[in-house]
Amino acid sequence: MAILTALPFSVGDYLADEREKDLLRFSTAGSVDDGKSTLIGRLLYDTQSVYEDQVRSIEGKGTTAPGQIDFALLTDGLRAEREQGITIDVAYRYFSTPRRKFIIADTPGHEQYTRNMATGASTADAAVVLIDASKGVLIQSRRHAYIASLLRVRHVIVAVNKMDLIGYDEAAFRAIELDFTSVLNQIAADTGSPVEVRFVPVSALAGDNIVHRSDAMPWYKGPSLLELLESLPSALETHAAPFRFPVQRVLRPDHTFRGFAGQVASGTVRPGDKITVLPSGRSAEVARIVTFDGDLNEAIAPQSVTLVLDREIDISRGDLIVATQAQATVAKRLQAALVWMDARPLQRNRRYLLKHTSQTVPAFVSSIEHRTNIGTLAHEAAETLEMNGIGVVNIDLLRPIALDLYGENRSTGAFILIDAETNSTVAAGMITAASNPAASTSGPVTAEERAAHWGHRGGVLELTGPVELIDRIERSLFVRGAITARLEVDAEFGISSTIEHLIRSKVLSGMIALIVNLAAGETLTAQADGELIALNASDPVAAIAAVNELLARSGILLSSGNADWEI
Amino acid sequence: MPVAEVLSPPSPPASVTASQRLSHLRLLEAESIHILREVASEFERPVMLYSIGKDSSVMLRLAQKAFYPAPIPFPLLHVDTGFKFAEMISFRDAMARSVGTELLVWRNETAIAAGTNPIALDTKRCCGLLKTQALLDALRHYNFDAAFGGARRDEEKSRAKERIYSFRDSAGQWDPKNQRPELWNLYNARVHPGESIRVFPLSNWTEMDVWQYIHEENIPVVDLYFAKERPMYVRPAGSGQEALLPIEQAFVARLGEQPQMIKSRLRSLGCSPCTGAIRSDADTLPKIIAELLQFRSSERANRAIDHDQEGSMEIKKREGYF
Repeated sequence: MAILTALPFSVGDYLADEREKDLLRFSTAGSVDDGKSTLIGRLLYDTQSVYEDQVRSIEGKGTTAPGQIDFALLTDGLRAEREQGITIDVAYRYFSTPRRKFIIADTPGHEQYTRNMATGASTADAAVVLIDASKGVLIQSRRHAYIASLLRVRHVIVAVNKMDLIGYDEAAFRAIELDFTSVLNQIAADTGSPVEVRFVPVSALAGDNIVHRSDAMPWYKGPSLLELLESLPSALETHAAPFRFPVQRVLRPDHTFRGFAGQVASGTVRPGDKITVLPSGRSAEVARIVTFDGDLNEAIAPQSVTLVLDREIDISRGDLIVATQAQATVAKRLQAALVWMDARPLQRNRRYLLKHTSQTVPAFVSSIEHRTNIGTLAHEAAETLEMNGIGVVNIDLLRPIALDLYGENRSTGAFILIDAETNSTVAAGMITAASNPAASTSGPVTAEERAAHWGHRGGVLELTGPVELIDRIERSLFVRGAITARLEVDAEFGISSTIEHLIRSKVLSGMIALIVNLAAGETLTAQADGELIALNASDPVAAIAAVNELLARSGILLSSGNADWEI
Repeated sequence: MPVAEVLSPPSPPASVTASQRLSHLRLLEAESIHILREVASEFERPVMLYSIGKDSSVMLRLAQKAFYPAPIPFPLLHVDTGFKFAEMISFRDAMARSVGTELLVWRNETAIAAGTNPIALDTKRCCGLLKTQALLDALRHYNFDAAFGGARRDEEKSRAKERIYSFRDSAGQWDPKNQRPELWNLYNARVHPGESIRVFPLSNWTEMDVWQYIHEENIPVVDLYFAKERPMYVRPAGSGQEALLPIEQAFVARLGEQPQMIKSRLRSLGCSPCTGAIRSDADTLPKIIAELLQFRSSERANRAIDHDQEGSMEIKKREGYF
């Protein structure tokens, strides 16, 4: 047998090879029980991606037999996780092989962490779904596969783990393969997103078929998990999609240069290409593709570049530059799949901010089509979505946005919802349909059309306090274009049924009914949507701002309220 | 200014054609530039924390690229503990001049005047005063609502879980159990008055990526990263290991201790009393990269602050540290 002699290492060759390497992002989901942390720890350890001091810091700790390394401790980074032996949050891990660099989004598998799974899947090209061979297909594996499909992770690798516990039994593996393939088919039918699936039998603890092919399962002729990950095509599909370029920033260092900075979301662009700016619809030609390293003759997704156009047109942050011959949809009403991520459940008609590409638009969930039960894939009627709930909803936007369906473009079809009051990120959204209600020019005027036109919905604002301040509040609403109807109430007799009827009709027609109780003094009370606030009337500017915020909170005022309140 | 020596001049990033894939470095670069532009556009008063190290050097180059041909639209801030190497300070000033960006320097003068040092106090309290407290004071003084940092997720276990936009409450504290979900490339920039976001544009870079990028882009870094004969205190560090402590501050010397000239370099730059050197012959970037491939220790193994207690980086971050 020939003795291998070590080739002299050349750093020049190494760097040349490195320059050719691409990047694959994949997500994992699972818990300590199914050995996910062990699997990742094994991948990192066996690809020499862990340093000795990191191994030393966990040696002798954890739950494995003496002398063995508990790989899970390499990955569970937060104190609470190490103390409780669970994975709470998404962690990102990095390793590389001679062929490719990898980023792992490592996520927990329990139902209460569905949102973390969705987070990990959102940027992944592939998902590694774990199944415990000794237990068969459990709800956790179904959930991860569902999330991967919903977020359109193209490739799914099913790692059937703990094969050592079942004596490396082929029949058991094949049964799981059959069972889970049918689960995946049902999921694909629900999400409308087929996945490419590959199965590999492994033992993370023993290292079988993780990096190297195992002798323990001669009946398995396929590649190891790492070989699979090295051979998957990376996200080249974004090149094939039509050109999309969300404008992040207008660069204008002096009067001779005006460029639009952004990241190519999909497709390619060259000087001379005809482009259209949405939602305005103005067209131009690309004159230059500018970078710090010199002009390019072509830019492809996901490069960050700066475009210069051949003529002056009005473009600002949030606009979408698209190929003129393959334009995006401009719409104010969306249907979308949502993954709810906040402890406070979804509220219809609550004011959310929808962040899509480089713009943020106020939005309301007008109705919920259904909630999906991931266990049964049943569509259930729902009034709300709670944390980790998944469903399909209809959303009205205050301004139109340029978009694609998520199924066609993962970049221009995705959005997040932010609670306008708490600033929390409350949901991840994937656009499934879009329409433009404002386009209807016949029939009776609807409440939505009025709301979109006036910037508010119908509602009641009850004010008690000094007349001067109440006048200023009314005027502040008038100045911003709100339609109000002021009804002064006699303190002694209260609201008569006639007035009540009047109020109801104003609200129904989309106006803001101001019910005014005049009272001298230093205090103003304001009530809307069941919320009562007391304000200091001697600081009218603050009081007016607080009343506007109350109206925004209650979902009556739609536009972001920090504009010109002061009269 | 020390300019990186290059053995084989790397080809400049030529224009790509659709048939070509982007290399991992170009993908990471594109992602970081996207983040820099988002922050500059969505926050009122962003600032870039500039620590003079290799990661800061890369981050600064990415900022130049993100806004070219316009200037970088935010200042740099260096939190100076007074214990940085003299070479770092001169490099910092030269770098800010050549890039043409405003440089702010902040020191906790009260603590420095009181003689705070890691030997008189322990490293934890010293860092707390000279780094964390100084940083929070500076952010508050200038009213910055977003601060870029060069930290990477591969550096340390708690950083692996931190978001690219890391939300901090009005006291600058990180709550690891209550982080905002971060999906696609859609970042939530909303904060209430007093709250802020720490932004890590290099989150997905590894130490190797940083060195390869410095090599490809010919980015200047502090000379202390390159091996040369330097006077060091050599001390035993248990299990046959040794620690090399650079001579920079007189107070670190122990009674009767004599420095030795040792061919050595620093793998990461911190405060001189708390940053150990390594024996090395790597005096060029390719040699540093080759050396990195042989390493069996992580880059922060020589940083005392990461090891003073279990989960110590996470605890520091909860208190407001970067």
